[in-house]
Amino acid sequence: MNVRLYLWQRLTAAVMVPMIMLHLALIFYATRQGLTAADILSRTRGSVAWALFYGTFVLAASSHASIGIRNILTEWSPLKDRAAGVSAMGFALLLGALGLGAVAAVVSP
Amino acid sequence: MSNTESELTVSLWRGAQSGSYETYKVPMHANQTVLDVVTWVQRNVDPTLSYRFACRVGMCGSCAMTVNGGPRWTCRTIVAKVVKGGRLEIGPLENLPVIKDLAADMRVFFEKWQQAKGVFAPSKTRHDAIERIKSDSEARIAADLAIECINCAICYAACDSVRWNPDYLGPAQLNRAWTLVNDVRDGKNPERLQAVAVKGGCHSCHSLQSCQEYCPMSLNPTAAIAGLKRRTMRAFIKGEIKA
Repeated sequence: MNVRLYLWQRLTAAVMVPMIMLHLALIFYATRQGLTAADILSRTRGSVAWALFYGTFVLAASSHASIGIRNILTEWSPLKDRAAGVSAMGFALLLGALGLGAVAAVVSP
Repeated sequence: MSNTESELTVSLWRGAQSGSYETYKVPMHANQTVLDVVTWVQRNVDPTLSYRFACRVGMCGSCAMTVNGGPRWTCRTIVAKVVKGGRLEIGPLENLPVIKDLAADMRVFFEKWQQAKGVFAPSKTRHDAIERIKSDSEARIAADLAIECINCAICYAACDSVRWNPDYLGPAQLNRAWTLVNDVRDGKNPERLQAVAVKGGCHSCHSLQSCQEYCPMSLNPTAAIAGLKRRTMRAFIKGEIKA
């Protein structure tokens, strides 16, 4: 861990905290109101706002988690720095692709 | 015949990196310190027992050992406070190589001290006027809180981040760097912040706080390291240091 990675991990955490609150509030709202999948999709499809909200969340989460994974790999596995960095980058891309795919599935018209 | 009222069962590490614990019977006395116990064994049972001490009054920081699982300054640790069922297990400090018996090799500890730029770098000469330091300034208060370190390496031995990451500079070293970062007379601060902001620097601390828990001087290196994290982050954003 160096100062750049530390800064990125803290920044992405700061971005995610209010988003997680809103996300949890949304879950409560959807379950309390008894919204069906069709109801939810009718609100999210074609919505630039939801695409931006969850797209940003996915990018922040994949960066944040992969920096942590990199740290765990360097401290707990026999991988050297470079190999740990490459593995963590692979994890970030996988998480990003899966997350953005999921966002696309609910927001694309 | 052993008498648990008046005798301690003491296991001492014998050997170097590889070795084993050997058990000795040591007479128990009121207000006896762990260092007294070790000294008794060396003077009465085995003069080849190696260990390190100097001042015996908690100033020099040289007598730290692992006592019943935790690092302690042995000259100021009363046996009665750490003994468990009449038994003491005393080994060399952890996270450092062992030279022999209870003496750990402190070289890596002081090499990292240098790496963290833990040496005062004067910014003035003897021809300049003496700088007035306000004792109530924010920087001086921060430095004073961390300044009483006796280099005993107890925090280093207690630190799990050191155990997991051999590159990590260590709590004592970063605590020292923090006192100098807050010393207005020091002339090496951009370099010092750079030295603690790279891989193995202050950002490798997981804030587990064992350093604070075990520090015999009741210092809080975790807080000092948190200060370094903030200060280096600010310097990085301003472009004063690189990652």
